[in-house]
Amino acid sequence: MKQGAITTMLPALSIENLSKVYDNGFEALKGISLSVDQGDFFALLGPNGAGKSTTIGIICSLVAKSGGRVSVFDIDIDENFPAAKRFIGIVPQEFNFNQFEKPLDIVINQAGYYGLPATQARKQAEKYLRELGLWEQRDVQARMLSGGMKRRLMIARALVHEPRLLILDEPTAGVDIEMRRSMWEFLEKINEQGTTIILTTHYLEEAEALCRHIAIIDHGEIVENSSIKDLLRRLHRETFILDCIEEVPESIKIKAFKTRRIDTHTLEVEVEKGQHLNDVFSALDGDGIHISSMRNRANRLEEMFVNLIDGAA
Amino acid sequence: MNTYEQWIAFVTIVRKEISRYLRIWTQTLLPSAITMSLYFVIFGTLIGSRIGEMGGYTYMEFVVPGLIMMAIVTNSYSNVVSSFFGSKFSHSVEELLVSPVSNVVILMGYVVGGITRGMLVAVVVTLVSLFFTELRIHSYFIVVVVVVLTSTLFALAGFINAVYANSFDDISIVPVFVLTPLIYLGGVFYSMDLLPEFWANVSKLNPLVYVVNAFRYGVLGISDVSLTFAFTMIIGFTILAFAYSMYLLRTGTRLRQ
Repeated sequence: MKQGAITTMLPALSIENLSKVYDNGFEALKGISLSVDQGDFFALLGPNGAGKSTTIGIICSLVAKSGGRVSVFDIDIDENFPAAKRFIGIVPQEFNFNQFEKPLDIVINQAGYYGLPATQARKQAEKYLRELGLWEQRDVQARMLSGGMKRRLMIARALVHEPRLLILDEPTAGVDIEMRRSMWEFLEKINEQGTTIILTTHYLEEAEALCRHIAIIDHGEIVENSSIKDLLRRLHRETFILDCIEEVPESIKIKAFKTRRIDTHTLEVEVEKGQHLNDVFSALDGDGIHISSMRNRANRLEEMFVNLIDGAA
Repeated sequence: MNTYEQWIAFVTIVRKEISRYLRIWTQTLLPSAITMSLYFVIFGTLIGSRIGEMGGYTYMEFVVPGLIMMAIVTNSYSNVVSSFFGSKFSHSVEELLVSPVSNVVILMGYVVGGITRGMLVAVVVTLVSLFFTELRIHSYFIVVVVVVLTSTLFALAGFINAVYANSFDDISIVPVFVLTPLIYLGGVFYSMDLLPEFWANVSKLNPLVYVVNAFRYGVLGISDVSLTFAFTMIIGFTILAFAYSMYLLRTGTRLRQ
């Protein structure tokens, strides 16, 4: 059951000119602005120390802002932070629960902090612990859980009051591939059910797979804010790795394409915007070389991200 | 959050606090029972029998209220300081900070947790004391009021200590170097009448003197200080500690960046 009646046009999160200067004088945020639509799956990317966690910290009240305005479903946090907090669920980067408590108690207590009566709290806790595959572990001490389970516990805890906006700070850090995929499926499911999701991640493959919109923050400033589709459309260059059946001669050259022979049967080709891969295949075919498989050298978003951060895009 | 939801949040914090100290009862409840039994045996029975009367009562009767109060002070203080600092250390305090629960509910949740432990230990120590002496209560009303006020005051003090603490060393400095000397010099083991006038006046700067004497009045009907003045001091310190704790929470001192 989602709280309150919300007009669909309101953004889930609105940040205007947000700034943060820490006591040591470090300017973590230099007046950033961004808006996240309701129902969106939004990625906030940036290198370490760029200001992602500071932004999230301000939204959920763990960091005091120096200036600017933050609204959650049109509720200004300066005017009514408790009301805004009811809409937010937060999954932090670091484990921030008592490791000696049981998962069931951790989730039930969190429900209590949001004012859920005991019976409803238990029902909700059971629902999310089951959905996240932690019900069997509900009565063991949290410190006994694996890293992936601890992350899922924090997701269950964040969802127990059924927030409209779920913020995840590096949710799959240190999680194995299988577990990561199952977490993606879960997040996609709750997003389809209407929960707006904002996540920070270092896995750009994750952002590309899950998110519809993306903001890139660097040195406390937003350097990109658009849909993933638009962003990838603007990608100037992609690098492909071609696995060749025949041996690639050391002197290989393909007209108008930058190539690099990696080993006897592997070739790297850079394809600029406006060029076509078909031309590469034709040229190689002409040399009697056939391609058995092909892949991107790096995730496309990763390539774009590096370009943006390096100021080369 | 409406009042009912705030109440649920408050009950959640208190329940969590109580289950925490009950779960580790060998560290939280048992030591006081053993320590106080030793005090009763050594100071009350062995040494006390040679001291004779104090304030018109046997030495054992005289020290029992002070020792009960000592247990209340140390337990209400240490419960909040260790629990709240522990939640700061593990960052689990963020569970509360990101939720819509109000600052006063957070504070009172922890304080009431401390009060319950102080009172529970007081009951245990009182039961132990019955093996050594007969306990007659002069005024139940004063006993209850002093116990509640004192445990509130020292739970608040523990909260302030926990907010400022950066390490586990910081939460043991105050109990060892401040609280314990004040308790020992607060008239638990002796009457102020025994002190030279100068030291008796110096002792009046010690807030534990008022706590111990007010409680002793409730149990025995005797006190070295004016009861009105003692209550004024205890209530005054409690209001100050509450106001300062709320200020720390409102400003997010050492809790929010």
